[in-house]
Amino acid sequence: MARFLLKRLGLATITLFLLTVIVFFASQVLPGNVGRRILGPFADQRAVDSLNHQLGTDKPLLTQYWDWISDFFRGDLGYSLAYNVPVSSLLGNALTHSLKLAAFAFVLVVPLAILGGVVAALKRDRLTDRAITLTGLSLSVVPEFVTGILLILVFGLWLDVLPVSANAPDGSSVLTQMRYLLLPALTLVILLFGYIARITRAGTIESLDAEYTRTAFLKGLPRRTVIRRHVLRNSLLPTIAVVATQTGYLIGGLVVIETLFNYPGMGRLIFTAANQKDFPLLESAVLIVGIGFLIATLLADIAYSLLNPRIRYSAAE
Amino acid sequence: MTAVQDPTAPIAVPIAPDQARIARRERLRLLSHSPTFLVGCILVGIWVVCALFGTLIAPHDPEFPDVLNKLVGPSSDHLFGTDRLGRDVLSRVIVGARSVLVIAPLATLLGTVVGTTIGLVTGYYRGFADEATMRVVDAILAIPLIITSLLAVVALGPSRLTLILVIGLVFAPIIAKTVRAAVLGEAQLEYVQAARLRNERGVYVMFAEILPNVMGPIVVEFTVRLGYAIFTVATLSFLGFGADPSIPDWGQDISQHYQFISGGVWWPVLFPALAIATLIIGINLIADAIAQSFER
Repeated sequence: MARFLLKRLGLATITLFLLTVIVFFASQVLPGNVGRRILGPFADQRAVDSLNHQLGTDKPLLTQYWDWISDFFRGDLGYSLAYNVPVSSLLGNALTHSLKLAAFAFVLVVPLAILGGVVAALKRDRLTDRAITLTGLSLSVVPEFVTGILLILVFGLWLDVLPVSANAPDGSSVLTQMRYLLLPALTLVILLFGYIARITRAGTIESLDAEYTRTAFLKGLPRRTVIRRHVLRNSLLPTIAVVATQTGYLIGGLVVIETLFNYPGMGRLIFTAANQKDFPLLESAVLIVGIGFLIATLLADIAYSLLNPRIRYSAAE
Repeated sequence: MTAVQDPTAPIAVPIAPDQARIARRERLRLLSHSPTFLVGCILVGIWVVCALFGTLIAPHDPEFPDVLNKLVGPSSDHLFGTDRLGRDVLSRVIVGARSVLVIAPLATLLGTVVGTTIGLVTGYYRGFADEATMRVVDAILAIPLIITSLLAVVALGPSRLTLILVIGLVFAPIIAKTVRAAVLGEAQLEYVQAARLRNERGVYVMFAEILPNVMGPIVVEFTVRLGYAIFTVATLSFLGFGADPSIPDWGQDISQHYQFISGGVWWPVLFPALAIATLIIGINLIADAIAQSFER
């Protein structure tokens, strides 16, 4: 078990290192002359030089990388060019907002999608199954801004039952806040439903086909008992672990949803930073998103292997 | 989870050419009878026709601003209404198909060619390059696709070529992972061993022997990725990082008009939104049908 954990941790560390290289490359090497890219083609050369000096982008690449990465892990994320405040002061708030939205969406989607996946598996290859699978697939491939716009049109404009903005007035109750968050959360729910339902369906079908299920049926146990005690118990926990590994994709969706609903989370921060060419803010935000994803994947991976010894032993070799 | 080789995999006899042809014909027959596939083809077909002949079909000039009729709702003259500059929304929806249907397929093609090559080489030779590639794949996958593309487009400045290169190169390692898994299975089979014993060069074994036998997963991956490419292109242009602000584009038209929704103006956003949704759903129906035809 210790060897397995060490191996997983080692791999995650290597991936983390590569991640920092990619982010560094994209934000400090790809633009060529960073100062010129930020200030535009008509800016004075002296202004460009002084910005490059301020950002440290006139130093050799290796020094730049080392300065940036050591500052990052010391908690010094640099200064945002667009907001003129330290980057770290912006990230905390944004992260809280995003987590609130993501958690709300998850609470809605996980039970719904698991129910859909189990029903599809039980009705395998019949009309109900195809309907659930195809609807889920179709909904999850439509871009978030399209589903978001359609939801706004239906619930915000035509039925006029839900607020279009995600920002509840200051000091409103939790319930009012949730009402304001419902449309953006529903957009995420639609994006994630198909994916989670598909994994649940596959897991349930696998345990429906297993020998122990056949044995349970042959013993003469009623169908309801077999499904509850033998099928679902074996299929759901691994499913949840697999679902957890996919939480990172949620954040990609947040960029668009938060921009569309004007909600001050990580996604909108990344969008604003990209729009303003605020490279210090952009690279820190992207790196934090990446690290969050890596940690979630690592934890889910470990949880999954605890539930499924076969993986544990074959991975440790 | 890394793919673990299965030592108990059956040793398949290489399929004779005519058997392969029969299998292919059988798949085509299955596809042509699949309602999912047909619906997908109709949806995608409509938009391909619009992309090719849009300017001929469009009832109005998509760029002509009718300044006296800005933001007018659907009428017999403008079936889908007019936008904030008085341009015909229907014509812009028809002509707008071209923008996304040029960039997305080219990006996917680039990603598939590069990804297949990487997948073949790493899966066939294994070793250090294999391990290294898989770690890079994991690192790239740790950042959501849309953020990677955003980062690269901001760094390089938006243009058609940037979009194609960025999306293609981000797809390449993901496709490589799929191809690699398929190659790992094939490399154990007898026809590959036989080719090796004949002393064929690695390039020949990979591209002439293995590649034809892993075309199934590659075709499926291509169609699935095509859907994601359209997703990404549309989203980037909605966020204001599209290829070219001067040509009609669905995502861009939506981003310029969604502020008017609260005023009851729904037509300049609803129709491009439905266009994107139908195109992507169409492609994914096709992808789903193809994947199922290979599973049987």
